[in-house]
Order: sequence, then C-alpha cells, then structure tokens
Amino acid sequence: MRYGMVIDTLKCVGCTDCVVACQTENNVPLGYARDWVSEAVIGTYPELHLEIRTERCNHCDDTPCVRTCPTGASHVIEGGIVKVTPNECIGCAACIESCPYDARFVHPEGYVDKCTFCDHRVANGQDPACVSVCPTYCMHFGDLDDPNSEVSKLLSTRQSKVLAPEAGTKPQIFYLI
Amino acid sequence: MEEIITSGRNIPHIDPILDIWGLPISLYLFLGGLAAGITIFASVVTILKREQQYSTAVKIAPIITPIALAVGLFFLLIDLHHILYAWQLFTTIRLESPMSWGAWTLLVITPLSIVWVAMYLKDILPTFDFSGCCSGILKLLFVENNSDEKLNWEWKYSFLVDFEKFMLDNKRVFAWIMLVLGIVVGVYTGILLSAFNARPLWNTEILGPLFLVSGLSTGAAAIMWLSNDHNEIKMFSKIDLFLILIELFLIVHMMMGFVAGPEIKAYAAGFFLGGEFTAVFWVLFVGLGLVIPLLLETMELIGRKIPIGIVAFLILAGGLLFRIIMVDAGQVIRYLY
Ligand code: SF4
Ligand code: SF4
Repeated sequence: MRYGMVIDTLKCVGCTDCVVACQTENNVPLGYARDWVSEAVIGTYPELHLEIRTERCNHCDDTPCVRTCPTGASHVIEGGIVKVTPNECIGCAACIESCPYDARFVHPEGYVDKCTFCDHRVANGQDPACVSVCPTYCMHFGDLDDPNSEVSKLLSTRQSKVLAPEAGTKPQIFYLI
Repeated sequence: MEEIITSGRNIPHIDPILDIWGLPISLYLFLGGLAAGITIFASVVTILKREQQYSTAVKIAPIITPIALAVGLFFLLIDLHHILYAWQLFTTIRLESPMSWGAWTLLVITPLSIVWVAMYLKDILPTFDFSGCCSGILKLLFVENNSDEKLNWEWKYSFLVDFEKFMLDNKRVFAWIMLVLGIVVGVYTGILLSAFNARPLWNTEILGPLFLVSGLSTGAAAIMWLSNDHNEIKMFSKIDLFLILIELFLIVHMMMGFVAGPEIKAYAAGFFLGGEFTAVFWVLFVGLGLVIPLLLETMELIGRKIPIGIVAFLILAGGLLFRIIMVDAGQVIRYLY
C-alpha cells in the first residue's frame, strides 16, 4: 500500500477550490494553508507555456522531515502518509527547514502542521477533501502499489513529472504534463 | 527551464520567504562555537601539559564556556514554538537528527564545563569576601579557612574536597573527554545546518569544518582578549592567524565548488557573487571580520604593538555575523521548480 496523488496540470484552472476545501475540512487557521496553487510560466520567450498546479506535502518516500525531527513527532504511517503528532512536537522547525517544498508551517498553537492526505477520510474509503471537490477532476488519489488503481493507470499512460526531484526526497505526488 | 514564475503561492503567514529560524538560532550557533573553541583549546593545553604557560586558556577563559552554553541553550529554547513540550527532546535520542544529539551533547557538556571551572576555582578566586553582601550564598558551598596564606576558603563538604582532588589527579583524562565533546559541539553547529538537503546553501560538507574552524577562531580571540601574558597572547594570535587562513581557504573553496556545481548551487553562489548578500558577506564578514584581523595579527607578529582588544572584537563580531548571514541566506535560497 502506497498512497499517492496524480494531478493533471493540463486540467487545473487554478480556481483554488482545493485550498478552501482543505481549510474547511481540517480547520486550518486563517492565513495558513496546507495546500496552495502555483502558476509557472515555463520556457523562453516566445516559446512560453503556462502551468497551473495545486501543491502540498509530497508525502515523500525519503523523508528528510522525519529524519531531522528530534522527538519523533514527525512520522510515517501506513500507506506512506507523513504526519505530525502535536503533543510530541517541540516546534523546533527542523522539519520545516528540511522540506524542499516548504510544505510545513508552524500552527499558531505552536506545533508544526501540514497536509495529512486527509487520513481520517481515507480511513473511511473517501478521497482527501481537495481531491473530492476539484471541479475539473484534475486530482486523483489512490494506491500507487496497485497496478490497477486509477493513479497507476494514469502514470503508465501519460507523461508525468515530480517537483524538484534533485532534492532527493522521492516525492509521491505526480504531475501529468 | 522555468524562466518566469508569475505567481508562486501566497499564504500570508507562511510566504513569501522562509524565515522561521532567526537571530536566536544564529546566537545559539555562535555561542556553541565559542564554547567549543575555548573547550578545545583548554583541553589541548592541558593534554600537552602546558597549563603554566597558557594559564588563561586553561583557567580563565573556560569560565565563559558554561555561561555561553547556558545562554545558547536559552536562545534555543525561546526559539521553540511549542516550548511547553520541550521536555520531549529528552525522551529519545535520535542519531539521524542533529537537533537531537546536539541537545544531548549540550546537556552533558554544560555541567562538565562547570566542573572544569570549579576544578580551578582556588586558582582563579583564591580569596572570598566572607563579610560582604553575598556571604549567605557563599556559605552554602564554602567555609572560611585561613590556614593557607593565599587561599582563604575551602569547600564546605568533604565530598567536594575529594571530588576536586580526584578531578585534578585525573585532569588529563578529563581533558580528553572535554576535547571530544568540544569537537562534537563545534562540528554540530555546522552539521545542524548542513544536514538539510532542502537548503542548497547549507547542504555542503564544507559547512561543518568551516563552523568548527570559525568557532576555534572565536575561542582563540576570547583567550587573547582575556590574557595579560604577552607570550600567551602571541601564541594564540599565531594560532588564530592560521585559523583565519584556513577559514578563508574554506570559504573560497566552498564558493568555487558552488559555482562549478549543479545549477542550484550556482544559483546559491549568485547570492554572494553579485546578489543581495554580496556586500555584507565580503565587506563586513570577510573584510572586517577576517582580513583586517589577519593583517593586524601579522603586524603583531612582526613586532608592532596593536590593540589586541580590537582584533578580538572584530573576530567575535565577524563570527556572529557569519552565522547570521548563513542562517538568513540559507532560508532565502531554495530549490526552484
Ligand atoms: S513534502 Fe516536505 S513535509 Fe512532505 S514528506 Fe516531503 S519533505 Fe516531508
Ligand atoms: S518542529 Fe516538531 S515535528 Fe518538526 S522537527 Fe521539530 S519536533 Fe519534529
């Protein structure tokens, strides 16, 4: 079992519904966000190409955030989901420094917070909140280890990339390009 | 290649740039390096049996160590955002996490550095004013004893007398232990940053040695400043000169490695070679904090009289500035994607 996401950058219109859905589902405090939308213009003029994509913690396979955590508050659960236990976290921010995607932040209450892949929903067989609200169906969530899952099929038929692979964290969110 | 990023993310309390580690962490790294430097010198002098010649290094300067470590730990603690849970640090040891083994090392070295000071307390403070205002506090640990001409006190408890004797008899073994711990702390201050793959500026194997050498240099500066003995000042300014040369070499080596390295490293180097950190780094840190002290120390060596306090101050201020720049720049420079 290895949870991951496949996100179609060709479908994403940058509406930020996923951001709002996450904030509502997970009670993310105002002014903070566990996911966000980036727009990148790629290429050299005049050969430009606009890419819009929704980003969040990549639930990496090689997790520097878990390694550098001095207390074990950052940990990996079943399915490769990376989580933080608030009352083990001392708020040292070592994990924030170690994430190349700046996916973590200090919650106003002092502990570090981040995307959980909505593990509370996943446990009930539902998709994460962001995936379930996307009006263009550009996000797909599922088991990357299962060759018959929707995510695996998309990855085997479409061209994809991960963000900053050179940072070496083996991210598990794939972008269809 | 991404040429233009029109809009990245825009989350008010998180973006636009990471600055979660600020001045307290820089001060923590600086004080840790200073304490490590002094400890290493005090230990080496003891191991080489030169305590008489370099008494400031062994007896006086180490007074700074526990103070620097305690203040440094204080800065680390105030930088924790979930401070009420700080005790969680000491519920496990995680060797993969520099934050974890570093905190444990500090927990061990801080009391030992107090023992070091206590070991030489009779030499540093041979007479106490038992009639003064603090006599109540003094009498908790010490008793008045005028049997010796120079010394007017003795430890109040016999186990402390025995312990002092035991430590003095075994001071070279103790010095070896402190030497190892000092090196661990000195290297730790660099590894804390260089362990982060995610930060291209920090993630270089040169940072560990560079922070260690810089820590040693600040330690030597402190000893020079405190010492009244001309030979000792001369010796430590020679050592310091050598350390500054190594530091300069490591800095150039690091920058050249960046420029010749992968795109992201060259991008990082750009911040120091024309970019926003160019002036503070090369003029204030390298210029005022390394090159000027280097020149002044060279003049001292060829026999000119120079105010050693200024040299020491420049080196110490440079050491702090270096850590402030590295902590700050390291967070500004991130992977592009
Ligand atoms: S994206 Fe960042 S926080 Fe998430 S698993 Fe990877 S390194 Fe950790
Ligand atoms: S901030 Fe919390 S989760 Fe992050 S490394 Fe420190 S203790 Fe671990």
